[in-house]
Amino acid sequence: MLTFILKRLGLAVLVAFTVSFISFSLLFLAGDPAAALAGETASGEDIETLRRLYGFDRPMLVQYGDWLFSALRGDFGESYYFRLPVASLIAERLSVTMILGACGISFALLTAVPLGVAAAIRPNSIIDRVALFLSVAGQAMPSFWFGLILIVVFAIKLGWLPPSGASSAQHFIMPTIVLGYYAMPAIMRLTRAGMLDVLSSDYIRTARAKGAPEGRILFRHALRNAIIPVVSLAAVQMGFMLGGSIVVESIFALHGAGYLAWESIARNDLPTVQALILVFSMFYIVFTFLADVLNAWLDPRMRSS
Amino acid sequence: MAHTNINDPLLQEITGPTPGQMLRRRILGHQGLLIGAVVMAILLIVAIFAPLLAPHDPYAQSLMHRMEPPVFLGGTWDHPLGTDHLGRDYLSRLIYGARVSLMIGTIAALISGVIGTAMGVAAGYFGGRVDMVVTFLINVRLAMPVVLVALAVVAIMGGSLQVVIAVLGLLLWDRFAVVMRASTLQVRRREYVAAAQAIGASTPRVILSEMMPNIANNLIVVVTLEMAHAILLEAALSFLGLGVQPPTPSWGLMVSEGKNMMLFEPWLVLIPGAVLFLLVLAINLMGDGLRDVTAPENRS
Repeated sequence: MLTFILKRLGLAVLVAFTVSFISFSLLFLAGDPAAALAGETASGEDIETLRRLYGFDRPMLVQYGDWLFSALRGDFGESYYFRLPVASLIAERLSVTMILGACGISFALLTAVPLGVAAAIRPNSIIDRVALFLSVAGQAMPSFWFGLILIVVFAIKLGWLPPSGASSAQHFIMPTIVLGYYAMPAIMRLTRAGMLDVLSSDYIRTARAKGAPEGRILFRHALRNAIIPVVSLAAVQMGFMLGGSIVVESIFALHGAGYLAWESIARNDLPTVQALILVFSMFYIVFTFLADVLNAWLDPRMRSS
Repeated sequence: MAHTNINDPLLQEITGPTPGQMLRRRILGHQGLLIGAVVMAILLIVAIFAPLLAPHDPYAQSLMHRMEPPVFLGGTWDHPLGTDHLGRDYLSRLIYGARVSLMIGTIAALISGVIGTAMGVAAGYFGGRVDMVVTFLINVRLAMPVVLVALAVVAIMGGSLQVVIAVLGLLLWDRFAVVMRASTLQVRRREYVAAAQAIGASTPRVILSEMMPNIANNLIVVVTLEMAHAILLEAALSFLGLGVQPPTPSWGLMVSEGKNMMLFEPWLVLIPGAVLFLLVLAINLMGDGLRDVTAPENRS
């Protein structure tokens, strides 16, 4: 188990470094940061001054090393637009995104897992068909469109929920649904497939044969085993959700890290964008690492791979 | 159908249906696949013949005819789906928008398909170090937030159609690599691969003419999934203002432009979003259906 964790940790660190290098060079190679920073009206001389001031004239690898060592100490430089340290800017905005992500994944799990279980208990029943329809439709629904429809219906026509902002729990209801529904189809399908598989296994037949109550069979015996792959899927989806928060936060004007990402990209605020790409990737890397460890703990067969 | 000897029921009972006939039967018996294929075919025809079908120039503005409602909300047949905030015919923009979505979906899926398939097949076929490197690259790619990276790169490079297609194509290869690696591993040790190697077939030949036909069904399914993915991502990027730029008629952009008038004219948002939903739904239904009818376990 310890070897597995160490191996997996080594991989996670290596992935993190590669991602940091790619995200740094991607933005570096794509354009002239000094020219973008100076704006369209700037003269060549101004651009040259800025280039020297921010150190853009140095070789890229030197700049990357510089950036990386600062980043490891938690210093991501200063935002070009806000004139504040990027690290504190992100830290301040991250709480909204993390609340949103936690709500979104909880919503997805709390709706998709019961639906998947219900569908697996009676395959081809009405519930199964409704669940299948929801999963096919859910995957095709553009999230920004879904969000706007919710605003029109529940905020404008019915007046039940606030259309934007983050000042109360009510503000999080619609963003949670819009962020969470996209993860539902995959979780539901996996739960259904897992339950179907487990329910036809020998030990469930044994449990039935010795007269265990049906509820106990479903939840103590079947779901506990069927849920194992769902754990790692949920972790992966949680990582994707933080990325998806850009769209959701911009629709509902939630001032979280996703909204900050959108603002910074639109304003050419390079240090903030680079830091945010790294932070979002780190979340994904940490989540999948934890999910793998949890999986290996739940299921010893996973440790060998 | 003509009653020839081949269609004689007695003869058919003896010989049984050919694989082609069985496939046709499975396709025609699959509701989702049929619905998806029909909707997809209609939208494809609309996209190809857009100049013939569009009643107006999608770029022609008319300040006299701004935000006219669609015909079912009291508008006129001159603009069946109304006009937008610049007086452009909404139906014509919608029709040209099908071109943008389908073009982006197809080319992006093609680029990512070539990259991902090459990586996945190489990893599965050669194994060892190659497999380690590819698996690592897949991990790296999965850790990168797609929306954020795509937005940032498009913002820096400028939001032209080509840039959006290239960025999506270069980002969305992960599922191709994962699925093709797994599929290749499955057929890697089959007898016909060993037989081809034994008669001295070259590696490209073994891969292309022996293995690919047997894993192509998985590839087709992933192509549809990634097409849908690319189309949704383009729409989201354009909606955020950092994808395809105005005045190009992109459905995501149309939703974004209609957003400000959403309070009074919700159809400006509803119509393009609904068409986008329909297209992605049709592609997904086709993908799911193709997986069902081509799965080897259903062939018996």
